[in-house]
Amino acid sequence: MTAGTATFLEPAKRRGTGNVAVALLLPIALVNAVGFIWPILNLAGLSIREALPGGGIGENFTAANWSGLLGDGFYIDLIVNSLVVSLTITLLTLLVSYPIALYLHRATGAWKSFLTVLVISPLLTSAVVRTYGWIALLSDTGPVVKAMTALGIPAPRLMFNTTGVVIGLTEILMPYMILALMAGFGRLDPRVEEAASTLGARPFAVFRRVVLPLTAPGIALGCLLCFVLAVSSFITPKLMGGGRVFLLATEIYDQAIVTLNWPLAATLSVLVLVIFGAALVLYSRAMRLLEQG
Amino acid sequence: MENHQTSLPMKIVVAVLFLFLLAPVLLVFPISFSGEQILSFPPESWSFRWYAALANNSQMMSAFTTSLGLALVVTVLSLAIGIPAAYAIVRLKVAGSQIWYNLFTAPLLLPTIVLGLAILIIFASTGLLGTFTGLVIGHLVVTLPYALRVLAVSLGNLELACEEAASSLGAKPLTVVRRVTLPMMAPGIVATAVLAFLVSFDEVVITMFLAGPRLTTLPVALFHHVESQADPLVASVSVLLVLLTLAIVLVVDRTLGLTRTFVK
Repeated sequence: MTAGTATFLEPAKRRGTGNVAVALLLPIALVNAVGFIWPILNLAGLSIREALPGGGIGENFTAANWSGLLGDGFYIDLIVNSLVVSLTITLLTLLVSYPIALYLHRATGAWKSFLTVLVISPLLTSAVVRTYGWIALLSDTGPVVKAMTALGIPAPRLMFNTTGVVIGLTEILMPYMILALMAGFGRLDPRVEEAASTLGARPFAVFRRVVLPLTAPGIALGCLLCFVLAVSSFITPKLMGGGRVFLLATEIYDQAIVTLNWPLAATLSVLVLVIFGAALVLYSRAMRLLEQG
Repeated sequence: MENHQTSLPMKIVVAVLFLFLLAPVLLVFPISFSGEQILSFPPESWSFRWYAALANNSQMMSAFTTSLGLALVVTVLSLAIGIPAAYAIVRLKVAGSQIWYNLFTAPLLLPTIVLGLAILIIFASTGLLGTFTGLVIGHLVVTLPYALRVLAVSLGNLELACEEAASSLGAKPLTVVRRVTLPMMAPGIVATAVLAFLVSFDEVVITMFLAGPRLTTLPVALFHHVESQADPLVASVSVLLVLLTLAIVLVVDRTLGLTRTFVK
């Protein structure tokens, strides 16, 4: 992000005519203050306020939300479950996206543009629509269960459980993973692979010793992106989980809208942000290790 | 390149994975022509009944009108707020422009579930909940970072020479902006408008927190419909949505080139 911004900020021109610049920035600053800074600071503050029965918020500062959260078996399970499900989704997304990204990286011309549009097009389709498509595919009256039954295979329950959520989210996050992988594939030159195989390396050895190390930065970026998106995803778990899959994002919504316990919802939100921060730290550690070789 | 062909098994794997990626969107098309009462595939009979049902569903139709109006207002405001901001940051180089830029694009880094909750709590006490104004502000929080990003890049890529020539020939600063800078930014402005429109039209999570029982958008109405019942109605809406998006993207592609607009 910062690398991209540096380029257009560089050609320094005349020093700002102060008042004009302030006037030009005022509208965006106003939206940012009302819709972002104030709400987020307020949210962080709420996580240390007590929740009163009936949806009220107490005046006193308290650590009760946090100690309650971390001392409650239900919430510990919820957090662990969220992390495990998100990690599973990330790994599966990587697995199904990597071949496509590699193929796209090697494709050329109009064929490459066409396939790239195919990869991006789901991003322009609402998550609700895509989740609905998955419900149609995986429900008991859908083609997957029907085909399995016709073949005499006892079909497992694919909907309204974690399996459905994992399948749906994996597909929904694929475009992000593919784009991130492709962005990180710059160093992969087909000539290096050819050199390795000319020198006698078997295809799998070429992949493990040449392709994989060169594409590691893209893998790290894609995994960071997908993990973060999976932890905070709400639409797909809510619709495909059928109220039986409890994850952090769905619990935030339920606490905020159904139970009206805003301090608890705020605490869970701050927890999601902490997980984001931890993922970022892990990512930069991984990148530093990769650079050192 | 010639001797680096992708092997046949690899090609099959890629084809299957592409099918997996596109399956849910593709499946929606045949389902929308289902003649069944409930969601099933393949349907046992075909009909246009769910398109007729959609036309008669006043709730969906009014949600669509709200979404369209909201997306248009948000698009216009994103440009009206984003263009001056990009100009101040890139051209006028205000003190700390990098900090301002990072602050104004920061909402993109936060999950919408957290942003939605945070805005809900503030709006509940200011009476903006369930109002059109509230939805506009909520959507601007997510469209403005995209707008600022695209506009700043587009402005930064412009040659300064034309603007300098205009002002050295005696044009006033405002005239230079109006007659030189803005016309040269046209592709960036169109891209921003399309992006802001699509992001606003598709926004679900923040809207779900801010919408009221009497004011809801199409994606939120769809969400609640899918949540409560499984029938092919959503499929017919989805087909129309996909076609609308496709039409917008094709128009942009014809005028600007899709890859140039969305993939840098």
